[in-house]
Amino acid sequence: MLVIAMQVSLVLITIAMLGFIYRLIKGPTVPDRIVALDAIGINLVAMIAVLSMLFRTYVFLDVILLLGILSFIGTTAFSKFLEKGEIIENDRNH
Amino acid sequence: MSLLHLAIFSPFLMAIFVPFLYKGLKSIHTGWFVLALPILLFTYFIGFLPITRNNGTVEKSFDWIPSLGIHFTAYVDGLGLLFALLITGIGALVVLYSIFYLSKEKESLHNFYVYLLLFMGAMLGVVLSDNLITLYMFWELTSISSFLLIAYWYDRERSRYGALKSMLLTVFGGLSMLGGILLLSIMGDTFSIRELISQAGELNQHPLFLFALILILLGAFTKSAQFPFYIWLPDAMEAPTPVSAYLHSATMVKAGIYLVARLSPIFAFSSYWFWIVGAIGIFTMFWGSFNAVKQTDLKGILAFSTVSQLGLIMSLLGVGAAALHFDTLNDNIYIAAVIAAVFHLINHATFKGSLFMVVGIVDHETGTRDIRKLGGLLSFMPVTFTIAVIGAFSMAGLPPFNGFLSKEMFFTGMIQLVNLDLFNLETWGMLFPILAWIGSIFTFIYSMMFVFKTFSGKYQPEKLDKKPHEAPVGMLISPIILAFLVVLFGLFPNLLSYSLIQPAAAAIVPSLVGPGELLDVHISHWHGFNPELWMTIGVIAVGTLMYLTLSKWIKLYALFPGKVTLNALYDTSLYAAERGSYTLTKAYMNGFIRTYLVYIFAFFIGILGFTMWTRQALTIDTSNLAPIGVYEIVLVVIITAGIFTILFAKSRLTSIIALGAVGYTVSLFFVIFRAPDLALTQLVIETVSVALFLLCFYHLPKLNRHEERMGFKLGNLIISLGVGAVISLMAISAHSNKMFESIASFYVENTYKEAAGKNMVNVILVDFRGFDTLFEISVLAIAGLGIFGLIKLRLAKKGEEADEN
Repeated sequence: MLVIAMQVSLVLITIAMLGFIYRLIKGPTVPDRIVALDAIGINLVAMIAVLSMLFRTYVFLDVILLLGILSFIGTTAFSKFLEKGEIIENDRNH
Repeated sequence: MSLLHLAIFSPFLMAIFVPFLYKGLKSIHTGWFVLALPILLFTYFIGFLPITRNNGTVEKSFDWIPSLGIHFTAYVDGLGLLFALLITGIGALVVLYSIFYLSKEKESLHNFYVYLLLFMGAMLGVVLSDNLITLYMFWELTSISSFLLIAYWYDRERSRYGALKSMLLTVFGGLSMLGGILLLSIMGDTFSIRELISQAGELNQHPLFLFALILILLGAFTKSAQFPFYIWLPDAMEAPTPVSAYLHSATMVKAGIYLVARLSPIFAFSSYWFWIVGAIGIFTMFWGSFNAVKQTDLKGILAFSTVSQLGLIMSLLGVGAAALHFDTLNDNIYIAAVIAAVFHLINHATFKGSLFMVVGIVDHETGTRDIRKLGGLLSFMPVTFTIAVIGAFSMAGLPPFNGFLSKEMFFTGMIQLVNLDLFNLETWGMLFPILAWIGSIFTFIYSMMFVFKTFSGKYQPEKLDKKPHEAPVGMLISPIILAFLVVLFGLFPNLLSYSLIQPAAAAIVPSLVGPGELLDVHISHWHGFNPELWMTIGVIAVGTLMYLTLSKWIKLYALFPGKVTLNALYDTSLYAAERGSYTLTKAYMNGFIRTYLVYIFAFFIGILGFTMWTRQALTIDTSNLAPIGVYEIVLVVIITAGIFTILFAKSRLTSIIALGAVGYTVSLFFVIFRAPDLALTQLVIETVSVALFLLCFYHLPKLNRHEERMGFKLGNLIISLGVGAVISLMAISAHSNKMFESIASFYVENTYKEAAGKNMVNVILVDFRGFDTLFEISVLAIAGLGIFGLIKLRLAKKGEEADEN
């Protein structure tokens, strides 16, 4: 029963992911794509969580944590890039 | 290492000390120190005469590279000794002559004598080596030292041109010869000439025999200036005259003759050898003498004359090859050709050496070598004139000089050829005596030109730079000795018969001369009224007539167009080769990385596809496949979508983001294929590299930041599809061809037991195979330092420029 529920949720997550990917490809502006990428990252977190339950292992929990951090850092970096045109401000550039 | 080896190497040792003598003892002409060596060597080699007289030999060997069968075997027999005596004897005379010819103040004598000694040692090595590899080594040394000597006055353009030309041609021949030597050693399994000669019968049947023959003859013909490779010799006349006298008349150009004579016992049974050596020799003889007549430079005449005389000797060796087809010495008339070849070799060295020295004297005392400016020097230079007459009349083949005797023997050899019933000679054999006769007529004409245009006729002081006078005594000693030898050998030829000619000729035809047997060499002036005599009388008669009417028909030479000469062919082919390779290189090296990548990938597809096709390596085995889950399909769809987005995206930013998506999907693959460590690393690395791409994107110059879709090129599409297809096929085939069990079970069993860890990937990385990790750490360190260096150094440079400004 639980396995079926997990498989169903995986499919649902996948459908959601495909939607985000459509946005990523299509996405008229860059911010659209960045938000899509961020959502894909969180989706991946969910997907890996479900997968590790399916595989009955907890070794992927690190991956989940890392994805959360990276997704945040990546999105912040992209946003800063869009905002200021650079990611790490350096005196040299001014 | 024996005394004989020391004798061969002594010129090299001496060459080391020459610069010190030159710098240290400035007051004495360096040539005097050098002179002692060839005299010493000459007397040393004279000591071998009693041994070789009875066809005895001396052999001394020491190991050079024994594991490759290369020993330096010095071997003295009649032929080697004859050449060694020529080299050292004429070498001594040339050194003596050069002492007076080259000025102590103006010339860099240390260079001259170092080169000359190098050459002398190399030449001794060529003629006294039994091992073909050492022979080749010394052979190339003669080419190099000759190159150096021709370009002795390196600030003249013509000298450099002549040196380069002779270098290219002789080294071309030398390399061909090396090929022939290697083929010979493959056939006979030895580098020793004598061992090869003893297997001559079997070698003849070998399929490689003909190739070896042609390659070795290429070497001999280029060195000995045979048709069509003679063209370097006239240009080598830019060298100082002692060099021309020594290298380009008496010794180096005879290295090819030596080689042909030395290897005759191996090759001479072949009809190819007979035809190539004989026909090219006789044609060179005719062609050289024909061209000598139109020369106006005295050295030019002598250069073409040398070509012609070398052709004569070569043709005699070719005819002499016929002698080996008879088993016994009795009634073997062709042996006379071999004897004539050896005899003329000595004669040519004597008279040509003296003639070159005469030209040097004339040049030295009048300032020109042009026969149009010279004339009437008889009263100024009576001694030089006498030497010139002796030398030139001997060259023309007039009695009582030695040239007459060898010319007679030459005719004998050529006439006897007509009677030979080997090798289809009945049809073409007549050409040999006819060409020989016509060539001799031209020889007569240019010999007369040489003497009479220079020394008789009208004296033209207004055309000369200096007031002519007789040469200093020192300069005359060497040519006088040579001219004396010309007369001596002419009057008493049998002085040489059994001491030098017999052993040398016996070495050329060893299979005919049994132990204790001697060839019958008796040379006499008077043979009776035979065809040879009538031919000589004809040469003199026709030659005199033609010489007297020279001004009438010399214009005929102008009819030959200047552009279809071999020199023009050499120049244009050199130019064309240069231009051609330049154009070719420019055509494919166009400087675009894209083109080079196309080459690399096309080659990759071609070679791998071809290999897979010809080896039938493409196998598809589906028995060992895992079931495909739904996740995998979904992920593949996603990754494919991402890749197509990268390819077709209009903006670069989209491409970078899509690349990030692909990377994350790969990490998802790692998750579902249960590789948590890989997934972790992949995620971090992907994030960092996407950030780096963004950095690059930001720094793109404004101008180039036009956001365009990638252009479409059919070729690129085909190549990329090809690479993809080939890689996929290879991966499938590799998977289908699994031959061994994986060694992974070892790690599974021992990770905890042996290495005290539970994470197998990490244990492999740092324990079982920690070396890889170490060097990957180094790679990262190098990359980090490299990036730091790139950024910092660029900044430092900018700072410097700013400071300067």
